[in-house]
Amino acid sequence: MSEKGMNLTLKIWRQKDSKSKGKMETYPVTNISEHMSFLEMLDVLNEQLVEEGKEPVAFDHDCREGICGMCSLHINGEAHGPDRRVTTCQLHMRMFNDGDTIHIEPWRAKAFPVIKDLIVDRSAFDRIQHAGGFISVNTSGNTIDANAIPIEKEDADEAFNAATCIGCGACVASCKNASAMLFVGAKISQFSLLPQGQVEAKNRALNMVKQMDLEGFGNCTNTGACEVQCPKGISLDNIARMNRDFLSASVKK
Amino acid sequence: MSVLNSKVPEGPIKDKWTNHKNKINLVNPANKRLIDVIVVGTGLAGGAAAASLAEMGYKVKAFCFQDSPRRAHSIAAQGGINAAKNYQNDGDSVYRLFYDTVKGGDYRGREANVYRLAEVSANIIDQCVAQGVPFAREYGGLLDNRSFGGVLVSRTFYAKGQTGQQLLLGAYSAMNRQIGKGKIEMFNRHEMLDLVVVDGKARGIIVRNHVNGEISRHSAHAVVLATGGYGNVFFLSTNAMGSNVTAAWKAHKKGAFFANPCYTQIHPTCIPRSGDYQSKLTLMSESLRNDGRIWVPKNIEDVEAIRSGKKKPTELSEDERDYYLERRYPAFGNLVPRDVASRAAKERCDAGYGVNQTGEAVYLDFSSAIQRYGKEAATVKGEKNATKERITELGEEVVRTKYGNLFQMYEKIVDDNPYKTPMMIYPAVHYTMGGLWVDYNLMTTIPGCYAAGEANFSDHGANRLGASALMQGLADGYFVLPYTIGDYLADEIRTGPISTDTPEFEAAEKAVRGQLETLMNIQGTKSVDHFHKRLGKVMWDKVGMSRNAQGLTEAIAEIRQIREEFWKDVKIPGGLNEFNPELAKATKVADFLELGELFAVDALSRNESCGGHFREESVELDGEQKGEAKRDDVNFKYVAAWEWNEDPGAANLHKEELEFKDIELKQRSYK
Repeated sequence: MSEKGMNLTLKIWRQKDSKSKGKMETYPVTNISEHMSFLEMLDVLNEQLVEEGKEPVAFDHDCREGICGMCSLHINGEAHGPDRRVTTCQLHMRMFNDGDTIHIEPWRAKAFPVIKDLIVDRSAFDRIQHAGGFISVNTSGNTIDANAIPIEKEDADEAFNAATCIGCGACVASCKNASAMLFVGAKISQFSLLPQGQVEAKNRALNMVKQMDLEGFGNCTNTGACEVQCPKGISLDNIARMNRDFLSASVKK
Repeated sequence: MSVLNSKVPEGPIKDKWTNHKNKINLVNPANKRLIDVIVVGTGLAGGAAAASLAEMGYKVKAFCFQDSPRRAHSIAAQGGINAAKNYQNDGDSVYRLFYDTVKGGDYRGREANVYRLAEVSANIIDQCVAQGVPFAREYGGLLDNRSFGGVLVSRTFYAKGQTGQQLLLGAYSAMNRQIGKGKIEMFNRHEMLDLVVVDGKARGIIVRNHVNGEISRHSAHAVVLATGGYGNVFFLSTNAMGSNVTAAWKAHKKGAFFANPCYTQIHPTCIPRSGDYQSKLTLMSESLRNDGRIWVPKNIEDVEAIRSGKKKPTELSEDERDYYLERRYPAFGNLVPRDVASRAAKERCDAGYGVNQTGEAVYLDFSSAIQRYGKEAATVKGEKNATKERITELGEEVVRTKYGNLFQMYEKIVDDNPYKTPMMIYPAVHYTMGGLWVDYNLMTTIPGCYAAGEANFSDHGANRLGASALMQGLADGYFVLPYTIGDYLADEIRTGPISTDTPEFEAAEKAVRGQLETLMNIQGTKSVDHFHKRLGKVMWDKVGMSRNAQGLTEAIAEIRQIREEFWKDVKIPGGLNEFNPELAKATKVADFLELGELFAVDALSRNESCGGHFREESVELDGEQKGEAKRDDVNFKYVAAWEWNEDPGAANLHKEELEFKDIELKQRSYK
């Protein structure tokens, strides 16, 4: 464990608002502890910028424990940076070395326009789910008993694995086509793997895929970068499941 | 007589809710379409309420400050959700869940509300399963349960270590269905900055759009605040960075009483602080206490050897360890409630037994569980002569399936392998039981203004049991508020659309703009965080796990001082009409600086120890319970509801006396 902190050069995308043009700016930071999280390192920079009377760097963040899906930084060309199975907020500075230059950019995708600096608009994800990301059941509580339909543990576990998606958009950001298929596949899979979700599975797949295309996301060309960069390890199998649901729905229509 | 009317229905406790529902006023479907309801906050309570109200036919506008309703902080809840299903056949019942919750809350919650919560708990699980929430299941295909602190049954349903996310996605999906139908109008990245009251009724809100700084007015026949807790008044907590008190505080300043602000839950199992740069603390789910054993070394020499790196914790033999929870509380052991576990950790660390550099950490050790599970697995596999290594391997596998994602999170943050060396943990601020005072219908003291979930005060008394926050949020949102709000709205069917073009809205908007301009114009020398950190330090040192009259009196003066300096010297760069995260932070900290004072005032006035509120002046002096917290039912068996009076320190105290008809008041013992 080194006691002395790291000195780093940050190259950060700055953009005033969605209408302005952005550019990379350079900022030095000093004495960064390896135990800091990446966002805490940016907090240090921002504190410094405020003291100098400059505008701090805007970035999305909230829970800072890897579950809300708000943080979204493209670090040295990788969504959520060099570590695996972590979000930006869980990335720690021990992954970097003294003297490093770090490039920090927002998610880049047509469907995710930049709002300011490193913040993008991901409401396209919400709209895809408005189109079918639900099971049509009323919230009366008067459904059948929770144990009335046993579900095979394997299916329940698979549904859970798909449902661990935090909607951060790293899959889109790491795809050369800016495809959202891993995200949409995971949502569709979670429901279609459960008996409760089977009833509407076909319409769900058709409607969500249609909205996905409308939002301007690209197609899947099986590169697999999304799976590698996904902080929750969502599997490509979900895309296959989505395609199957979509195809069988299209044929039967 | 108190001005507070809790409106608890008459009759035996088990019939109250059913009778109340039967007698409540209803709004017919055609009229519901003419009624607007605003829901602020989209966590479990707000999301569930917005979805249910829209589904019933009301016109709903929902607001959240995050970029999507799915990101509200309920998402971070890890361990689980309680429900009196008795699937495990271990004698659980609605009464037991009710009893455990009242006792766990140290007899400072409202009996009737808690009973209702226990009563609807089973529906929650049915509802969530129908929505496609993937709870953990056993091999037979049925739902699995685990145990949590403060109870002797297994009633907690879970989805690995991310139950909160799965439940919130369920509520969010119900919202999506209504948003898609145009029944909910959703406003993301909007922060509520004031409540508008017209002729004594809540009629709307003023919000700021974070993206472009635009201020807008929104009117409704009722306003639901489901805006969470205020743990971030401590700066460091397990809350999300954006969690704040502003919506609740603005309502308080417009006439909603604030109840029991000093009841704070300090969660025993969080990752200890590592440095001054730290922005937040991370929780390790209480479910870990099912299998983890908490200890510190028995001998101070071993503590020193561990701190200086000369010894490893794994080198200490069983009799060199002090499993202090098992020693002090043989009946509940490592599963005592959170307040008890936190105080016990502080007691050991204050006595010098803390095991890290800062002296503020204890061990949470899984080696016994790994050995136990490993032996079981070996037996099942027929490996009679399994070696110790093989047993460890098998045991680690079992622990991985139960807690894998939590162990991974710990390892990513701390850079240490918790399968091999015990985790280090320390208490941290986690949840606030206090909140806006509400009656049985969840209405605040402002007619038409409701509070649900963590934002209200009603169910958890002075200490919340694990896996009960998710239960309360969903119960309020799905099953309580949609009924009770009808009682009020039935009188609103002739009101018609509410104009935002009135002097009240005008004045509220002007006040909001005025505050923002004042903040921007200060152009002082210190950042918002500078003041927030100072406030947090005072709160933690003097209004934290252990409180006394002198410290609290000092805290009140110090908070006033920090607040004064804030309004003279804060520096906010950027502009008013643009995305300005520093300005957004400043509005929140301005309110924390007022709430903090009321918090300390409340703690000072409550000269007893109860639940999470521990007054050093009030402890048992002898007998079996020596050193434990001492409650004072003669003088303090009430809800302290504070009425705003121009200054946070000058608030007027109103008391709602608590009645315990169905549960006998006694000292909480976990021994």
